[in-house]
Amino acid sequence: MAAFAWKDIAEYTPLLAQGAVITVEVFVCALVVATVLGLTWALMRVSGVPVLAGFSKGLINTVRGIPILVQLFYIYFVLPDIGIQINAFQAGFIGLGFAYSCYMAEVFRSGIEAVDPGQVEAAKSLGMGRAMTMWRVILPQAFKVALPPYGNTCIMLIKDTSQASIITVAELSFQSKVIAASTFKNAEVFTLVALFYLVLCVPLILIVGRLEKRFGRR
Amino acid sequence: MIAIRDLKKSFGSNLVLDGISLDIAQGEVVCVIGASGSGKSTLLRCINGLETYDAGDITIDGQRVDHVGHHIVAIREKVAMVFQRFNLFPHRTALENVIEGPVYVKREPREDATKKGIALLAQVGLEGKEHDYPHRLSGGQQQRVAIARALAMQPRAILFDEPTSALDPELVGEVLTVMRALAGQGMTMLVVTHEMAFAREVADRVIFIDRGRIVEQGPARAVLTAPQNERTQDFLRRVTHPL
Repeated sequence: MAAFAWKDIAEYTPLLAQGAVITVEVFVCALVVATVLGLTWALMRVSGVPVLAGFSKGLINTVRGIPILVQLFYIYFVLPDIGIQINAFQAGFIGLGFAYSCYMAEVFRSGIEAVDPGQVEAAKSLGMGRAMTMWRVILPQAFKVALPPYGNTCIMLIKDTSQASIITVAELSFQSKVIAASTFKNAEVFTLVALFYLVLCVPLILIVGRLEKRFGRR
Repeated sequence: MIAIRDLKKSFGSNLVLDGISLDIAQGEVVCVIGASGSGKSTLLRCINGLETYDAGDITIDGQRVDHVGHHIVAIREKVAMVFQRFNLFPHRTALENVIEGPVYVKREPREDATKKGIALLAQVGLEGKEHDYPHRLSGGQQQRVAIARALAMQPRAILFDEPTSALDPELVGEVLTVMRALAGQGMTMLVVTHEMAFAREVADRVIFIDRGRIVEQGPARAVLTAPQNERTQDFLRRVTHPL
């Protein structure tokens, strides 16, 4: 093996940094989609309305059973065939967000179901309706329970954004493969990429840790 | 004020309430006693619609308790409930627990509700504890916050479901003191309890329920000191002389 070429690292860093910016963009967009849809599936699941609960359960189990890569292919290659124009970035974050919404749904549901039923009774006895009970009483408590697994899922998501490289989203892994293929500096490039991902995860870990501390006090 | 006619309720094949009829007048304090599993709590929970019932009728000020959305909300504004395990909202302070109903259900201005909430907490002996979270309070203090929370809705009646059963023995007194004061102010109260001394002193009427039926009722002193029914006698003997 050739000696580790330290000087090349400076050369690749700007390109990889561009990729990292796109990684973060895909992550943030996908996280918003996953959180909003995930909460929706979870609320449908616990709604007590059989049609909604059944739909949500079926959807979650179906999506969880299909590899994210296949879902990305589907969105990127099949949607244009039926007349929906979508670029790689959009397909990437929508596909990842949709796939992750089903993991998020289970995170939120476990949080909601962990809330003591007595809380619901207390809310009812004050005359609260279902929506207000959910918003004022259940979700704030469920949030605290769901926070650690939510943070964990976020970290998985930021790493899974690398799968979007397969449909040509020019994020971090995509850039690394391009550079490695043209320079053959595999060790340097992929070490650098691994470090980039680690650095991206650290702020997430810190934010979640801080939130847990803040909400864990009561 | 509360009128119950021939109330029946089963859980599966288990008949829990077997034809209960009961009238409670404005300002009356009624204690319900009986063995666990006799249907006391279920009776209370039917009155404010936390449980549905299978047959019979419950009316509060002439309004039938059913599960039509706005009816049940109107009922719950009239009849508040205090639970065995307090059920305070753990993510809100004592004061926030008390003003939750007035501000978010009754849409009172927060400022007014806060003023009243502070006064209510003082009334149950908790001045200075307004901003404490429930986990910082003792069981007795939590239950007093729960009573203040019920009072904040300005109910016509309060249902108490074994309000002291989850408390350490030395904390029972402070809750009963608050309840006695409420009774003194003319609050209509239906209390499921195992505190015979409280029932004897505060209740206008005591009802003994066994296997879903009212088997004996009357003035507190009469039922508790000279019960006529054999099962009441047996129950009281076991409660007062557990050994």
